Amino acid sequence: MQAAIPTPLALVAELTHRCPLHCVYCSNPLEMARRDGELSTEDWKRVFRQAGAMGVLQTDLTGGEPLARADLAEIIRGARAAGLYVSLITSGMPLEEQRLEELVAAGLDHLQLSFQGAREDSSVKFGGARPGAYEHKLRVASWVKKHRIGFTLNFVIHRENLDQLEAMIAMTEQIGPGRVEFAHVQYYGWAFSNRDRLLPSREQLDRSLEILKNAEERLRGQIRVEYVVPDYYAKYPKPCMGGWGRKVILVTPVGHALPCHAARVIPGLRFENVQRRSLHEIWEESEAFCKYRGEEWMVEPCKSCDRHTVDFGGCRCQAYLVAGNAQVADPVCSLSPGRHLVDSIVAEANGADSNRHERGVSRVQSEWAYRTNPA
Amino acid sequence: MTPELHAKPRLAPGCRLSEQNQQRVLLMPERALRLNGPSLSIVERCDGAHTVQEIVADLQRLYSKAEPQKVEKDILGYLALLHDERALDFE
Repeated sequence: MQAAIPTPLALVAELTHRCPLHCVYCSNPLEMARRDGELSTEDWKRVFRQAGAMGVLQTDLTGGEPLARADLAEIIRGARAAGLYVSLITSGMPLEEQRLEELVAAGLDHLQLSFQGAREDSSVKFGGARPGAYEHKLRVASWVKKHRIGFTLNFVIHRENLDQLEAMIAMTEQIGPGRVEFAHVQYYGWAFSNRDRLLPSREQLDRSLEILKNAEERLRGQIRVEYVVPDYYAKYPKPCMGGWGRKVILVTPVGHALPCHAARVIPGLRFENVQRRSLHEIWEESEAFCKYRGEEWMVEPCKSCDRHTVDFGGCRCQAYLVAGNAQVADPVCSLSPGRHLVDSIVAEANGADSNRHERGVSRVQSEWAYRTNPA
Repeated sequence: MTPELHAKPRLAPGCRLSEQNQQRVLLMPERALRLNGPSLSIVERCDGAHTVQEIVADLQRLYSKAEPQKVEKDILGYLALLHDERALDFE
């Protein structure tokens, strides 16, 4: 018997792929949406109304850099009018104090500000930003603190900035947001292209988890500390997106509705567009959402595994990217026949480290692939 | 932490009560809590105007069949939990 189709809780609205940053771990696809194809203000308002009617509670306005949309305040008003809780996921780069006031007045509930590290040069090195970006972000943080809205700092952490982790925590305490996220890089999009420079060693990882656990305990009641364990080192896969087509619906700048950020990498999946069908119909009926929803599609060892209702077989995109088949168990799972593929990637990350240590030389590194901008 | 009885709890910045299909929900950054019964009665009073003591007294009246000490203990525990989740400030 087919289980009832769940209600999505969150709508991820990728308003644009334009961005002043060029982060080496950006989750956007390598091939980005063009500016002239972006949805209009009215399109987004309609999508929000449809989402609200479906029971969606929250929307994350993201990109690219959502501030690149001149109509952002109007988009926020539209989302609030549809009954949604509105988060802005931003680099803060194009933000000025007066514009922030406009966005708050339009109904912004929560702002998440990204930092690439705790040092001045981090935004330049990992984000391809212009010099001065870090100082500007600190100014943005001070403006946000003047308003009664939710405030999260976000640090994407990886092999080359983990040595700054304690400084990031100190910086967080100084700024004083309600919440902070330390997100180990997940290997999709641009991060997949730069994986060999981003994947931490086991030693780095263990140390980072210890530091984060201490910070979480020490700051309890002041700042909510959240972090994600990189799944290449995990025993079981993450329940990606809370399960395919279960909790989240993502709409791209041109209106394609996707089950997750990375789903475009899976060959043969056809995505429908909110300009042609309602969000509700796409969620319930489209091939892209139905294909890996529930359990019917699963193969062994997931099919008979006790955990298949816990992690839903892990991530379909990772199965495709690492094992070459989107239908098999996520290869990070220790029970997956593809685990050896992840093991060898992890071994390389650790082997290279010990070589470096013993011989006192750095391994030959590939150049960063910086995220580009759409036409 | 244990909330002090004279403190006035107020929803933290970025947290608000909302309603979706006749279900009250507490919306907050990257999460939402469905509220019913006593949890809803408590959160509705976290407006920066009521003291913890007043909230306890209100709920002891509302749930007069429950043992008053247990009601107080449950409320203090729930307020502490919301505070640690950064959904609540004490003013």
